[in-house]
Amino acid sequence: MTDTSFQPHEQEAQLGDYFALLKPRVMSLVVFTALVGLLAAPTALHPVEAFAAILFIAIGAGASGALNMWWDADIDRIMRRTRKRPIPSGQVTPNEALSLGLALSGLSVIMLGLATNLVAAGLLVFTIFFYAVIYSMWLKRSTPQNIVIGGAAGAFPPMIGWVAVTGEVTIEAWLMFALIFMWTPPHFWALALFMKSDYDDAGVPMLTVTHGRKSTRRHILVYTALLAVLAVGTAFTSIGGPIYLAAALVLNALFALGAIRIARRTEEQSIADDYVVEKKFFRLSLLYLFLHFGAIGLEALLAPLGFGGWS
Amino acid sequence: MIKAEHEIHQRRKGRNVGVGLLLAALVLLILALTVVKVTRGGFEPAFTAGEE
Repeated sequence: MTDTSFQPHEQEAQLGDYFALLKPRVMSLVVFTALVGLLAAPTALHPVEAFAAILFIAIGAGASGALNMWWDADIDRIMRRTRKRPIPSGQVTPNEALSLGLALSGLSVIMLGLATNLVAAGLLVFTIFFYAVIYSMWLKRSTPQNIVIGGAAGAFPPMIGWVAVTGEVTIEAWLMFALIFMWTPPHFWALALFMKSDYDDAGVPMLTVTHGRKSTRRHILVYTALLAVLAVGTAFTSIGGPIYLAAALVLNALFALGAIRIARRTEEQSIADDYVVEKKFFRLSLLYLFLHFGAIGLEALLAPLGFGGWS
Repeated sequence: MIKAEHEIHQRRKGRNVGVGLLLAALVLLILALTVVKVTRGGFEPAFTAGEE
């Protein structure tokens, strides 16, 4: 007699697995920077509208993360850093990731447009398209400048937060965009230095492989210097202020010091101490972004009390 | 009455409850947004009955 018993799918995904597809750690950064962009804007949204704006910007970012995981499933399987992601580990099928990514993209864009305005929704749809198509499907595997150009995707959230309130892209929105855009290359190239062969094994053309590790160290220094000029200069704009200036001076001094040390080291020195300087620089880069945007947010929150900004 | 109590139903129940709660939260958020936008006067009817 034929066995008609149901064979349960041992790896059937739980809600947490689908949530993991959305790259929650990236989403938390998006929430934070979008919130700062929203708070820094000269006018204010109703709290419910503001909550909805941040939520749907975050969901949009999560959707692009799911689409990226769908496309990059083959290299995620190879890289140590990404092997445990939901698709390579078999928890979620590629089709499920694609469906979830597309559905959440549609939902987030439509809802952001309804909650705020069409300009913000348009920026969100462009951000999702940029990350999923331009970065993931094209740049990532074809050029060592993948991180430089692709970093724009992560730079849009504070601009979208600002535009959700004001309805227009102004110089302040571009400054917040530029801060993240210029920060992304040194952040990821430091990671690439101590992740060593992970990207190489997967065939991703990182600068460390295409131009060499010495060149990557010099690139980190150059981008850090440019970032420092931009970051400190932002202090003297309408989103800056004394608190931001103090934070920017300290953080950029530390960041520049780290970049100089990285540029001066040899590979032998780095291998000998297991890339301690590069890892410290990478950790500092996380604090760097958090504190810069925290300072912008603080200036915005203190402004109504007469303390924020240069007035 | 057939009672379908398989281990997979328990696992799926947790997932379905989660999705249900998320959908309910979305509905509540849309309701709240609608109340905010309507009470703020952002909604203007195209015309009122009786006007030429």
